[in-house]
Amino acid sequence: MDAAALVASLQQAVPDATFESAVTVDLHPTFYVSRDHVAAVARALRDSSSLKFSFLAEVTAVDYWPRDPRFEVVYVLVSLEHKHRARMKVRVSGGDAHLATVSTIWPAANWLEREIWDLFGIAFDGHPDPRRLLMPEDWEGFPLRKDSPVQIRRPPHVAEPLQVTPEEFRHNVERDRLARE
Amino acid sequence: MGIESEYEIPVLTTTVEKMVQWARRSSIWPVTFGLACCAIEMMAMSCSRYDVARFGAEVFRGSPRQSDLMIVAGRLSRKMAPALRRIYDQMPEPKWVISMGACASIGGVFDNYAIVQGVDQVVPVDVYVPGCPPRPESLIYGIVELQRKIAQQRLAS
Amino acid sequence: MPELRTETMTVNMGPQHPSTHGVLRLVLELDGEQVLSASPTIGYLHTGIEKTAEQKKWQQVIPLVERMDYLSAQSNSMAFCMSVERLLGVDVPGRVKNIRILLAELQRINSHLVWLGTHGMEVGAVSVMLYCFRERELLLNINEMIAGFRLFPSYMRVGGLREDLPRGFHEAVNAFLQRMPAKLDEYEDLLTKNEIYLKRTQGVGVISGDDAVALSLVGPIARAAGVDYDVRKVFPYLGYETYDFNVPTRTAGDVYARYQVRVAEMRESMKICRQALDRITPRGEYAIADTKITPPPKDRVYTEMEALIQHFLIYSQGFTVPAGEAYVPVEGPRGEQGFHVVSDGTNRPWRVKSRAPSLLACQALEKLIVGGLIADVIAVIGSIDVVMGDVDR
Repeated sequence: MDAAALVASLQQAVPDATFESAVTVDLHPTFYVSRDHVAAVARALRDSSSLKFSFLAEVTAVDYWPRDPRFEVVYVLVSLEHKHRARMKVRVSGGDAHLATVSTIWPAANWLEREIWDLFGIAFDGHPDPRRLLMPEDWEGFPLRKDSPVQIRRPPHVAEPLQVTPEEFRHNVERDRLARE
Repeated sequence: MGIESEYEIPVLTTTVEKMVQWARRSSIWPVTFGLACCAIEMMAMSCSRYDVARFGAEVFRGSPRQSDLMIVAGRLSRKMAPALRRIYDQMPEPKWVISMGACASIGGVFDNYAIVQGVDQVVPVDVYVPGCPPRPESLIYGIVELQRKIAQQRLAS
Repeated sequence: MPELRTETMTVNMGPQHPSTHGVLRLVLELDGEQVLSASPTIGYLHTGIEKTAEQKKWQQVIPLVERMDYLSAQSNSMAFCMSVERLLGVDVPGRVKNIRILLAELQRINSHLVWLGTHGMEVGAVSVMLYCFRERELLLNINEMIAGFRLFPSYMRVGGLREDLPRGFHEAVNAFLQRMPAKLDEYEDLLTKNEIYLKRTQGVGVISGDDAVALSLVGPIARAAGVDYDVRKVFPYLGYETYDFNVPTRTAGDVYARYQVRVAEMRESMKICRQALDRITPRGEYAIADTKITPPPKDRVYTEMEALIQHFLIYSQGFTVPAGEAYVPVEGPRGEQGFHVVSDGTNRPWRVKSRAPSLLACQALEKLIVGGLIADVIAVIGSIDVVMGDVDR
């Protein structure tokens, strides 16, 4: 099934969305979808009988800074029944980096979208668990963006800071000693 | 050390320090701290071909409270650094650290935001074993070097 | 009976724990011995390989990419090379395809041996580990023979292979293939009908086929649940359609079924290896003839000026890849893997994203563990065969 046939059957299923075919060199017919209709198109991809893309292989993002729109979120889909693959792409701009989640449609997308939030800073509306996945919880910044540095020279954070000062600690020890006697 | 054979029972004379050093270096038990690919070579070292049990490192203890040696095998990420420090602090004295592989020694191939450039920023290291990953024989050589180092450590310091 | 006051206990299976699957943290909530909830935390081995790969030239990415899933190194580098070759629009010679298939299948046997050894050791059969690693040493000898390095040979390159096969390669692989089936029978003797093993693994960590597809599980986990998806059969590459092999599946979806699938896969891999070895001539072409991508052989570099210039250009600037993106799926030991490679037309990649089967297996851990006993947690983590280097990249 090539990109044109795929886009045609999707346009029938979701008439409001705008689609755009793209050139491809591998097994995946590629098309772009407008951002607001991602959830509806995803549902059509999974449920429509001629498409049946029940298997989500990958959700990833690419940062094309300094081009605007900056991000492209890429979904790689496989249909185990019809034995074909497809690639759906969505353009997301840097200033307004959010997108609807597909984790209600393909549960596998849960951690994959968390990873995109962690590394790129693209938020997914309606995601059940929007936390960082790979970086430490208190990390600031989004490492895989093109304007974030590769190397940072900072000593590793190895311990929690003390919650009392040394004077308070001595005072507490003395107080406990007196309480024991 | 001297062997006295004048008496009927053979007697060995030595110093307490030498005895303790011999006991310490002949039975160094590592704690399992395999992080990444170097852990696979560490496992291969403990298996039958490169049997490290003949050097005294008989069992890899799961708990740091029962071990003497920590072989940091693999790349240490910034998220893992507090855990490494904690495990090191839980080991009782005397303890030693071998930094196995290029990533643990100096950051290895990965000079980026996520990897600590050298485990010695977090724990004090006794022996560095280079390689990516080091062959099991290199690691055994590292353990033998550590044994030589222990043979020179003073008790009273 | 008076009302017993019970509480649940929260146990942290911290990033460092004795089962050497790497650094995975599980926070378990237990009611006695039963697991009520499990939340895995990953990221303790995050290496930023994808960001580092954007700074390197195309051939320099191969050692980085091998260190992601460190048990299937040759599969990783093969998948990356195939994606880049698709972007370049080149097709490698037939001999190279057969060698790649042979090495990929040997890598699959290698990875499954490590899995079997560590899984057996965790369940209690410690001698299985020693036996499996003994056989693995023969495979590492073969790696050392072709490229000088045991774990990460970096033998697969964009455009083919690094150099031709060495003398003695056929004898070494033949010796291994003759020795291995008997040894595999020995391991099966130890485990397959062992009552203790059966009690520990049957009915444990069950996942259904529909759940496996919804959670995008691939490889032996999905095949043990009845999902017949193997990239080598469904989207064949490198000429797999000309080889005669089966894809073992089971329907039970528990730890025992995954064990059976992997052992059967090892036998099928040996079948493929024998067929591939017959097709490979001891000497022949090992890469495409494009001088911009394949460095000329060293004897010509030392004597001819043109070869010297080609060698210098390849190793200083590298080659450029036309702009675009490609993703070629490959069946690794853990299932479908591949590299989504984006190029902007220069000599460095713009984005390299690895499709990690282990990441989705970790996500499914919650579903597999909840409701079971705490002793089953170890058996289940062992059976899904996660490699944390692949999960965290």
